[in-house]
Amino acid sequence: MTDTTAHVVLRDVVRVHGDGPTAVRALDGVSLEIHPGELVAVMGPSGSGKSTLLNVAGGLDRPTSGSVTIGDQDLTTLDARALAKLRRRRMGFVFQDYNLIPSLTAAENVALPLELDGTRARLARRAARHTLDLMGLMDLSDRYPDQMSGGQQQRVAIARALVGTRRFVLADEPTGALDSHTGEEVLRVLRERCDDGVAGLLVTHEARHAAWADRVVFLRDGKVVDSTGGPDRAEDLLASGTV
Amino acid sequence: MSVRLGLMALLAEGDSYGARLRADFEARTGGTWPLNVGQVYTTLDRLVRDGLVEQAGEADDEGRIPYRLTDPGRAELGVWWTTPVDRSSTPRDELAIKLALAVTAPGVDVRTVVQDQRTSTLRHLRDLTRLKRDALARAEGSGERTTDGDGQPAEQGLAWLLVLENLVFAAEAEARWLDHVESTLARHVALGRPRPPAGPPQRTTPTADAASAHLEGNR
Repeated sequence: MTDTTAHVVLRDVVRVHGDGPTAVRALDGVSLEIHPGELVAVMGPSGSGKSTLLNVAGGLDRPTSGSVTIGDQDLTTLDARALAKLRRRRMGFVFQDYNLIPSLTAAENVALPLELDGTRARLARRAARHTLDLMGLMDLSDRYPDQMSGGQQQRVAIARALVGTRRFVLADEPTGALDSHTGEEVLRVLRERCDDGVAGLLVTHEARHAAWADRVVFLRDGKVVDSTGGPDRAEDLLASGTV
Repeated sequence: MSVRLGLMALLAEGDSYGARLRADFEARTGGTWPLNVGQVYTTLDRLVRDGLVEQAGEADDEGRIPYRLTDPGRAELGVWWTTPVDRSSTPRDELAIKLALAVTAPGVDVRTVVQDQRTSTLRHLRDLTRLKRDALARAEGSGERTTDGDGQPAEQGLAWLLVLENLVFAAEAEARWLDHVESTLARHVALGRPRPPAGPPQRTTPTADAASAHLEGNR
């Protein structure tokens, strides 16, 4: 039976762009594990490999060496067709600029990945409404993107990323185009989805936004140089006088 | 921030006695600055001595003495509310001093110092954010009610949230500064100005870069 959880494991992943003397090691031996229910943030300076990591973890790019597994499936062994199917069913992407289709309502946008995967329109819409309802976004379901604020569009984009059986969300600077408060609203939605069992990978350059994650991984020159561990207990934090 | 002005602000809302002032101060600042009761009474004694606060009556059966704000006290408090907090006298920042020294200290890997600090700062930021999420959830749970689930007035929940956000922004600024220090160091090395090698301590004059990194840290 297929493992439907989104336990994501990257093991010793190397991604080299180009070859010969001009080759660039965008990822240089990165190992990372994301459990269901966990949100992991990736930070690092420009060119450190953040986006490459996201693309490799999401099967949009293949590692030069190393392995990427989601549940019981090793992405590096799948052909393009199987990989596309896995992406449609198991994971969703959220980008800075929302990428909603302007001529579709929120519910239609959310239903789209299911319809593209062969689900009948009526069932796909029902699943979309279920996801929107779960995320407290039902009042947006009949609105078109231009009738929504940036924050609302991004929340709908998260719903689209997680509609149906998808349990792994990859977000690339999802708050980049939003003001501070709206950005936090989007992170709360993402956080709540992860608290409900979704695995999340968040690329951000804002420490304040990365702080919504369970763990922050810091990349430099394609290598993980820092990683925050488990949380301090709130009581300890208060007692220590640091707050 | 002076406990003195904090107590005066509370007394401006009504007469009160030491133990209650202490409890109110802690509740209003989200328990961020715990006071001991001795500190409160010492401060009250000084305020009475300076004519800013006075006894509002005799001690009650439990020996509690009520205090009230005097007119000069009210005037001083008014000045506090309307005067920006003075940031020109920068308090000594241990981290800025540590990094400024690490830049020139032989045998210290300043990049490791920066990385370790950033890990610690990011963890702190994450834990603060967790407290903030809880505070936001409680604030939403309290809705339009005047008290939240713990029986706290909603305003106290707001005060706690504001205090937490202050700490969140401070931690974020520190993380950003550490990123900046790291890239400044990388640029410095790329320009062919290596740091002194590890070895016995030697007399060194802080470089202009070290000074500027220090100054930028205290922006």
